Amino acid sequence: MDIFLQQLINGLTLGSVYAIVALGYTMVYGIIQLINFAHGEVVMIGAMVAYSVIVALAGASAPLPPLAIVLLGALVAVPVCMAVGFTLERVAYRPLRKAPRLAPLITAIGLSIILQHLAMIIWSRNPLPYPQVVQSVSYHITDTPNGATITNVQIAIIVVSVAMMAGLTALVYRTKLGIAMRATAQNQAVAGLMGIDINRVIALTFVIAGGLGSVAGVMVGSYYGVAHYQMGFLLGLKAFSAAVLGGIGNLAGAMLGGILLGLIEALGAGYVGDFTNLCHLASWSDALAKRCETDPNVVLFGSNYQDVFAFIVLILVLVFRPSGLLGERVSDRA
Amino acid sequence: MDRASDASLKSYAGVGGFVASRRHPAFAWIGVILVALVLIALPFALATIGTAWVRITNLAILFVFLALGLNIVVGFAGLLDLGYIAFYAVGAYVYALLASPHFNLHLPFWAILPLGAAVACMFGVLLGAPTLKLRGDYLAIVTLGFGEIIRIFLNNLSQPVNITNGPQGVTLIDPFRIGTINFRNTDTFAGLAFTGPIKYYYLLLVVLVVVIVINLRLQDSRIGRAWEAIREDEVAARAMGINTRNMKLLAFAMGASFGGIAGGMFSAMQGFISPESFILVESIMVLAMVVLGGMGNIWGVILGALLLSFAPEVLRYTVEPVQRAMFGRMLVEPEVIRMLLFGFALVLMMLFRPAGILPSATRKRELEGGRTNGVQGAAPR
Repeated sequence: MDIFLQQLINGLTLGSVYAIVALGYTMVYGIIQLINFAHGEVVMIGAMVAYSVIVALAGASAPLPPLAIVLLGALVAVPVCMAVGFTLERVAYRPLRKAPRLAPLITAIGLSIILQHLAMIIWSRNPLPYPQVVQSVSYHITDTPNGATITNVQIAIIVVSVAMMAGLTALVYRTKLGIAMRATAQNQAVAGLMGIDINRVIALTFVIAGGLGSVAGVMVGSYYGVAHYQMGFLLGLKAFSAAVLGGIGNLAGAMLGGILLGLIEALGAGYVGDFTNLCHLASWSDALAKRCETDPNVVLFGSNYQDVFAFIVLILVLVFRPSGLLGERVSDRA
Repeated sequence: MDRASDASLKSYAGVGGFVASRRHPAFAWIGVILVALVLIALPFALATIGTAWVRITNLAILFVFLALGLNIVVGFAGLLDLGYIAFYAVGAYVYALLASPHFNLHLPFWAILPLGAAVACMFGVLLGAPTLKLRGDYLAIVTLGFGEIIRIFLNNLSQPVNITNGPQGVTLIDPFRIGTINFRNTDTFAGLAFTGPIKYYYLLLVVLVVVIVINLRLQDSRIGRAWEAIREDEVAARAMGINTRNMKLLAFAMGASFGGIAGGMFSAMQGFISPESFILVESIMVLAMVVLGGMGNIWGVILGALLLSFAPEVLRYTVEPVQRAMFGRMLVEPEVIRMLLFGFALVLMMLFRPAGILPSATRKRELEGGRTNGVQGAAPR
């Protein structure tokens, strides 16, 4: 039971990060029906910029309090990623807004490659160890001494994510900009006629998505303790899967999908080894039984298949419920 | 469409003598023979610079196969496949596992190459069947994921039963053998030394001609026209009685089998493969070749593939000296510049010349039509 609880906590942490990144995909998709392939790279740049700031501040002669260092790192990363998001939209997506769908998809792939390798030139080819300025503290949540624990970093990630989701929801449903965004998503031409500056709204959507992404980048970096120029690729793919799972274009869907995917991945990785342990079938074959005597874990699929779960979920969702759990859009729109 | 423009050119040719002479069949044949002679003499010319260049040329031809295969999917049928290298990997691994000491199987290449193509084709159908009813973006992401899954499996299927030998890859893969001719040894024939790479070059050249002919015939066939129709307007194509789902599956399967064959040949040529060779970057590279040359145009795609295959080699010999001369040290490795080149090729081509260096007539109309006709963008597609 403790393993279950532990994986639940890990999954929740991971899921919050996925949800934040998925929000970036879903906002952009909701408003212009474009998959911003380069969003994962924005997250990576957020992590990298924060890394540089944190390293510089942590090594300073008069060190600031640890929490302030991380906050400052995030504070610098957010505007940088907002600028990246804005530039992407302005340079590569706006000119192609009326082109066939294939065109912006291909530029997005190209941008993704460009951003990755620029980051590689600026930072490093090797994984960068994220400085652990904030001392990680584990809290037991059960009475057993070896029971499930939750760290302060995990708590911080979950709390910040929830706060950001709440803030975004308020922004979209309570402010004038939110109304403009929803109107643009429904019908660009009519929204324009109502006096909404569509270009500005779309650019702002990219900016907000970039800001969310940068915070997610900082969270991933401090959670795993590394930043790498290719970290955005897999993270982006998984977050996109999460957005599809929840129903792409739907904010609540992205949050739900992110958390669900995080749980699926953590629980899947925790249990797939047990489920596919061939020694459960030892009675079927003598050769197998003999092998299991020496090595009780003849595992068909181990936790090294963790990264596969997101894709399996993605394919299953697309086959059985292309509109996602909460989505209403038909798959043909995509 | 091409035929109509040909006809108009010919009627016009009565006035302009130059056009008439260019269209004369005898000139066309002379051109073909000249190109053939150059291609036949090429490996010996390259071998004088270094055998490495023959190998590089061989790999470039393999990438032409891959680009032509992807062109069927992306260029003809308009389906964005971002995990194309997975089919290449499948073909390569089928060949490697059935013709190497790994399982102690040494089947002849003419038996495994088709098998590799068939297995790759099967994977193509398996992937395509559930996802092809979705359009565009979703398909792109699913294929991207599929490419990753294949790589993860290749990396991990060494436990509990060793199938792929994990990250170490498969070594000592058999070369091609035709009768007594072993493609790894050097044979002397008519005073000329036919080294292994040169023999592979000729084999690849023959296969290349076959592949190009298949592609050209395919493009003008009923199937090719159906793909084009689906690409331009799927709803209209369906209304015209085209079974869009089967046609898209066919495009996927054919693209996959081309990848499988190329993979098998890659295995035999290299003698060693590992999951490292089949990463996402390779998929992107093949896509960049197709986009750069001109989606849907066979000659354009060949040009794009050759350009981007030789670019890294050229970069390798220029980037380092130039940087050393300018900055005194190496700032950016050629490998990184190569990747930036792919990225910029994709973005800039889409922004400024979406139909590619050598555009296909219909593709050009489609890719540029959207922008001149602003109304189109408002309708959901």
